[in-house]
Amino acid sequence: MTIVYEKSKGLTDTPFHYCPGCTHGVIHKLVAESLVELGVLEDTIGVAPVGCSVLAYNYFNCDMQEAAHGRAPAVATGIKRVHPDKVVFAYQGDGDLASIGTAEVVHAAHRGEKITTIFVNNAIYGMTGGQMAPTTLVGQKTTTSPMGRDEALSGKPIRMAELLATIDGAKFVERVSVDTPANIRKAKKAIKKAFECQLKGEGFAIVEVLSTCPTNWGLTPVNALEWLRDNMIPYYPLGNFRDFEEGK
Amino acid sequence: MEEKVIMAGFGGQGIMAIGKLLAYAGMLEEKQVTWMPSYGPEMRGGTANCAVVVSDDSVGSPLISKDGTAAIAMNLPSMIKFEKELVPGGKLIVNKSLIDVKPTRSDLDVYYVSANELALELGNGKVANMVMLGAYIELTKVVEVESILKAFLKVFGENKTDLIPLNKEALAKGAEAVKKLQEV
Amino acid sequence: MAKVLMKGNEAVGAAAIKAGCKYFFGYPITPSSEIPEYMSKALPEAGGVFLQAESEVAAINMVYGAGGAGARCMTASSSPGISLKQEGITYAAGAEVPCVIVNMMRGGPGLGSIQPGQADYYQSTRGGGNGDYRTLCYAPASIQEIVDYVILAFDKADYYRNPVLIAADGMIGQMMEAVEFKESAHTDLPPKDWATVGTGGKRKPNIINSVYLEAETLQAHNKNLENKFKMMEEKEVLYEAFGLEDAEVVLVAYGTTSRIVKTAIKQAEKKGIKVGMVRPITIWPFPYDVFKTIGSSAKGVLAVEMSQGQIMDDVKIAVEGRQPVYFNGTQGGMVPTPASILADIEKIAGGTK
Repeated sequence: MTIVYEKSKGLTDTPFHYCPGCTHGVIHKLVAESLVELGVLEDTIGVAPVGCSVLAYNYFNCDMQEAAHGRAPAVATGIKRVHPDKVVFAYQGDGDLASIGTAEVVHAAHRGEKITTIFVNNAIYGMTGGQMAPTTLVGQKTTTSPMGRDEALSGKPIRMAELLATIDGAKFVERVSVDTPANIRKAKKAIKKAFECQLKGEGFAIVEVLSTCPTNWGLTPVNALEWLRDNMIPYYPLGNFRDFEEGK
Repeated sequence: MEEKVIMAGFGGQGIMAIGKLLAYAGMLEEKQVTWMPSYGPEMRGGTANCAVVVSDDSVGSPLISKDGTAAIAMNLPSMIKFEKELVPGGKLIVNKSLIDVKPTRSDLDVYYVSANELALELGNGKVANMVMLGAYIELTKVVEVESILKAFLKVFGENKTDLIPLNKEALAKGAEAVKKLQEV
Repeated sequence: MAKVLMKGNEAVGAAAIKAGCKYFFGYPITPSSEIPEYMSKALPEAGGVFLQAESEVAAINMVYGAGGAGARCMTASSSPGISLKQEGITYAAGAEVPCVIVNMMRGGPGLGSIQPGQADYYQSTRGGGNGDYRTLCYAPASIQEIVDYVILAFDKADYYRNPVLIAADGMIGQMMEAVEFKESAHTDLPPKDWATVGTGGKRKPNIINSVYLEAETLQAHNKNLENKFKMMEEKEVLYEAFGLEDAEVVLVAYGTTSRIVKTAIKQAEKKGIKVGMVRPITIWPFPYDVFKTIGSSAKGVLAVEMSQGQIMDDVKIAVEGRQPVYFNGTQGGMVPTPASILADIEKIAGGTK
């Protein structure tokens, strides 16, 4: 019998708790595969956030620390400074990274901290039940913006990839999406390169992954993917903002 | 024996330094010592002071509050502020070069030392602090001058031996100045 | 090693390095800024890493990461900064991450003052952050003690896998005294086989974590923590006490305040008053039991603290109503004077208080 597909060894056998149609699972897989393909899984320490992926430490098959809300880049900094020869990554959502932990990620990037950050942006607070995120689109209804996000009240959504790309210490910044197989392949490539950035000692690397939240968006998984394409990608353009190899 | 001395002046007069020298010298003589600086914005505002306690027994409070046995006032604000903190009969050493008024209290032993002029006589105005320290040690005999010189190298670095003769002379100038006052 | 004259804050740094601390994460604040200043020079020389964090919050979370990765690490701050660190401290307690946190206490609440204070007693002894936890807390009264207890704190943190606090008032940080770095007794500590250092392909992943979403699981975790805290209460109480059996008045004070109290006691003794003293060295666990040895001649117990009287809760628990209790306190950076303490002693001894 020929094996045509195998679950990544970078993931444990613990079943995901994620909602049906949520793209966290896909993103976990891409991170796990990248670590295995680079041959560094056994030398990796990951940091889980507070948010939907709070239990990520149960899923990645490597040493993990669970951080306080928003502090994953600080925790990862502590780990990396103790073990500069190991691979350290932080996995964070939009509330974690772009709201309560903005200072931590900006300064980790600013220091050129040699860590890799996976930033999952689904434009909503999933775990707490669908409240407005810093990345919620203008007009998007959430449980704390029942009439839709009001720009006058809350401002426009924050574009973290663009913001972080202005920082010299950030050596790899890319925004990807996991809405189609083609985009998933691109996402994988970016994630892998974000780890290579660390392995080469270049500096801070981050991949912003546009993701869906069918449950809190009130859409079917397929419609959620369409909504992402139609609404998120126009505001959050995909592409690379900084690449250590291309000197940009 | 317990000496509780306040040293005060403005920033740059080497106040903290003579305090450290006294504390270090006391330690070298196996006495119990504390050195407590003023800190914070006060420090940045230009005035500097420290409290040094040298004692045969373990030191209680490192602060001096109405129980100072001596004070070295390098400038006028210091004299005004700290004469209040001395016990009756406490020694107040006043830098006559910069202070042209007398303390308000009449129950203190006051010594006027022209520290800046005496330092300039040695060719270096910076050692006015050492002149005052020399005067204080002469009056109290709290530590040996030799211990101060040993402490000097500990506090400022073993490579500062070339500065020893000047500082030794400055200590002697101060001692001489108060000896003269006592003779009068 | 010969005695050296050192400032408290610098002595803290030297002691930590002596204890094998290799990582320091901090943010400057008066009156503890000389700790990061000292570490920024001394730690690289000792083969370690000093990192000035972007905030107090980031600093303690870096400590969490480094401690969870198996390193001896430390942060230090003063009162408002320690408030900000409470998040990381409760996470470290929950995830059983060993670390040492030094608080050079100043006046509060809020920004308060930069002058010495002891009003972080509740915060230091009752956990400080959310949830059921305690932290061993040493309250040194001299530079020698802060050196000795910083060194001990690293061993205790590793032994119990719990944060350990040093709560000193700002005066201890700023003061210089003679200090000797003694060779400390070696403590046998279990290997840190729980630390996240990479599996190396040889074991299942280690996880540093304080989340237990199932109530029963969390309660079981809480019980384990509670057992540790009980063990600390049994084994880690440290105090100095004298003259309790035949005292007319018993004084209670810690830190610099205890030294001022001792000066007042000497003065009281000259006046023929018998005064005993309890000086907690650990303010948590508190030395409750020693209060039982206070003799029947005692007319009262007087606590002195640079606060509104936070220590009184523990004094009352310890005294169990056997003697009347009194408080003499200063706030805002004011420091108690021997004269005011002596006045209280005389009143209690004379039955006029």
